[in-house]
Amino acid sequence: MKAIPFPQQLRHLSWRAGFGPTPATAESARNIKQAVKQLFKASEKTEFLQVPMPAPVDGMRAKDLGPEQRRKQLQERRQALMQLNRSWLNQMVTSEAQLREKMTLFWHGHFACRLQAPQLLQLQNNTLRKHALGSFSDLLTAVAKDPAMLQFLNNQQNRKQRPNENFAREVLELFTIGRGNYTEQDIKEAARAFTGWGYNAEGEYVFRERQHDFGPKTFMGQTGNFNGEDILRIILQDPRTANYLTTKLYLFFVSDTPHPQRIKELSSYFYKLNYNIAGLLEQIFTANWFYTPEVMGARIKSPVELLAGLQRMFDVSYSDDRSVLVLQRALGQELFQPPNVSGWAGGQSWIDSSTLAFRLRIGPAVLQDAGIEVALKPNDDQEPAKPIARRADGLRIARAKANISLIEQQMAKVDTSELPEQLSSFLLQVPLQPHTLQILKQGMASSSSKSEQIHYLAQRLLSLPEYQLC
Amino acid sequence: MASRRDFLKLSTLASGMLLVPNFLHGLDRQGLELLSKSSGKRLVVIQLSGGNDGLNTLIPYQNDLYFKSRPSLAIPAQKVLPLDKGLGFNPALDKFRQLYDQGKLTILNNVGYPDPDRSHFRSMDIWHTGSASNEYLSTGWLGRYMDVCQSNKAAIEVDDMLSLALKGEKYKGIAVENIQRFYQATQDPFLKSVTHSHQEEHEHHSVSYLYKTLAETQQSAAYLQEKVKKYRSKQEYPNGAFARNLKTIAELITSDVEARVYYASLSGFDTHVQQANQQARLLEELSEGVCSFVQDLQQQQMFDDTLIMIFSEFGRRVQQNASNGTDHGTANNVYLIGNKLRTPGIFNEGPDLLDLDAGDLKYSIDFRTIYAALLQQWLQTDANAILTSNIKPLGGLV
Repeated sequence: MKAIPFPQQLRHLSWRAGFGPTPATAESARNIKQAVKQLFKASEKTEFLQVPMPAPVDGMRAKDLGPEQRRKQLQERRQALMQLNRSWLNQMVTSEAQLREKMTLFWHGHFACRLQAPQLLQLQNNTLRKHALGSFSDLLTAVAKDPAMLQFLNNQQNRKQRPNENFAREVLELFTIGRGNYTEQDIKEAARAFTGWGYNAEGEYVFRERQHDFGPKTFMGQTGNFNGEDILRIILQDPRTANYLTTKLYLFFVSDTPHPQRIKELSSYFYKLNYNIAGLLEQIFTANWFYTPEVMGARIKSPVELLAGLQRMFDVSYSDDRSVLVLQRALGQELFQPPNVSGWAGGQSWIDSSTLAFRLRIGPAVLQDAGIEVALKPNDDQEPAKPIARRADGLRIARAKANISLIEQQMAKVDTSELPEQLSSFLLQVPLQPHTLQILKQGMASSSSKSEQIHYLAQRLLSLPEYQLC
Repeated sequence: MASRRDFLKLSTLASGMLLVPNFLHGLDRQGLELLSKSSGKRLVVIQLSGGNDGLNTLIPYQNDLYFKSRPSLAIPAQKVLPLDKGLGFNPALDKFRQLYDQGKLTILNNVGYPDPDRSHFRSMDIWHTGSASNEYLSTGWLGRYMDVCQSNKAAIEVDDMLSLALKGEKYKGIAVENIQRFYQATQDPFLKSVTHSHQEEHEHHSVSYLYKTLAETQQSAAYLQEKVKKYRSKQEYPNGAFARNLKTIAELITSDVEARVYYASLSGFDTHVQQANQQARLLEELSEGVCSFVQDLQQQQMFDDTLIMIFSEFGRRVQQNASNGTDHGTANNVYLIGNKLRTPGIFNEGPDLLDLDAGDLKYSIDFRTIYAALLQQWLQTDANAILTSNIKPLGGLV
């Protein structure tokens, strides 16, 4: 097998552990071990999202608002959600703490909350960011006490007299151990243990003693006067929880196709590490198999990875606030709006005939400064139909500009005849087939300048299915 | 490699006009007759997005509680188009009354599901996937029907984007709003030649999956383009995107496109404010569009094998709000339109306004039992293989 060149390995690492390389991704590391070390070092700092949030209408509960106030509130929320979205995407593109942001995206899909409350979503996002690389136990507890989750899965309404099982069910099914490893009775008992967990008007966790059920519970074979923390501790004691999480992390960081043997080894390592997230990731990123053709380019980029990656490499700037949202929605991944509590399914589910055609058009459109049109499906949760609105409002145009000069600098020393090979390995994570290279070469007009040729090739490469992979 | 079957069908149907990518040349001849198994029956699903107010669509105009709950929004009894069982249509639905009179319409009352969700997105998700409200599926019920058919061309949505309902595990429907535009957008010569020369060997599953999807999209676009050339509808349709989309569906059906399922949406039903005019306009657009569609298919002798289902993600609360509108509710009506209905008319009793669940209608028919009936009795497939829990088909529909 041909050895994979070191720069290619580095680009692989930057796609998986972050949002892709920039033209200037420095090769200051001499080997992978060093590169991984730098990666973790850069993610030691935590940059919190700090989007200003609309002030609540003084002393009024949502249901007491008049129609005009309600409309205004809805509009402010929509605006704040849009800012939140842009602000995070921007952080993915520019932050040095690439791994922390990537991991935050993973947890954003894992602890998925779909709410129209930007305040709560920002709080939760920063909670995820804070614990993204630490101990899963801390993360889980923090998320469980975070207002977004308390709200989304109705723990706010979970009271001793009338337990609400929503959070208890999902914590087992989706957040920790996975289906088939607990009983309906376990859910009921866990729900009792979480009674009284809520939040106040300031968005702070409160334990409402009077609503908590202090009685004995039998949960997963153990009996005691368990509280919520006890339940989480018992779940984490079970190695099947490590296995469930490792499988999900493997699919996100390594490959759309699970590898049972590797997952088994990684998962017992994770368990031994007491669920230290950074430790598990380091193990993955330094494994020899991580840098083999079987793994490199094996994943379909999520829409957010695609957009952030494009922006990092081509210095993309959007012509208006809406464009980036339009693209996310058209591609099926809108930040802060996961489809439901189970998050985005990922992998092949990103792709159907229309999303693929749309994906292939985005890169070339951005390079040509051309608008792309799409008729979005209505989102009535965010924008209830106005009395006078006609349905043409679904049609949206996204527009952005790119800058290719940094790539030209990278290609300064490359001979024109070598451009197709060099540029394709620079921009793509899978090797092009000889036929495709041939077609690319045939399309290059010998009379045009090198800069024009780079432009031509970049457009073509971005329109290929291979660019959708990382 | 089930998709090879599609290419075989495509290439035979389009009489070899289309390029077949190299990596799909090994053809499997068993797949030829797959779609004929539904004995030519077609399902057209129409989605009313936003949560249509069922109580002002099919009105309990003999019930005082209705008028009390909606002091400024109730449709006056003398304006209602009376049907049966104390129920009558919103005056904007005159065309639906004609269908009703002709025995081509079945109206189901109180359709919903246990523990209803009042978020548009989540409730639509539940209707699309056919899940329970505490169950999360990433595939749609019609998508899973496609998985059973093993064909990507079993379902077409007339829209720019594909709905979850039409996404299966292995197979996904085609979303196309304008066939000509769809065709042009997929005929980029560079991508076509790259796809054509693509070799499948020695590469990731993901690469071949993308190339396969791309090749299929190119092929489907060419196939549809070629097919619809043969027939242009002469039927008059009202203006607007919705009617235009139904016309596209009629053209596809009449051109013998082999899809079994078609999907179209009409949105704007989220009437929190000033509901009356907005809903009336939408209902008119709905009924006039559907009526033209039915006439079109009748003239082409295509109506007998077509069944239309109309649904919305939820109904609205019984009590109107302070803005002359209604807020998100629960159970609602489902409409079936066809020539072979077993129970034309009003299928079951209207909502009981005395027996509410915190101000909301209680459901009496689980929507999944309707799905099961359509799958089992109309599309003639095994509903158990498509719906997750064991759902018994609702009898007496088709």
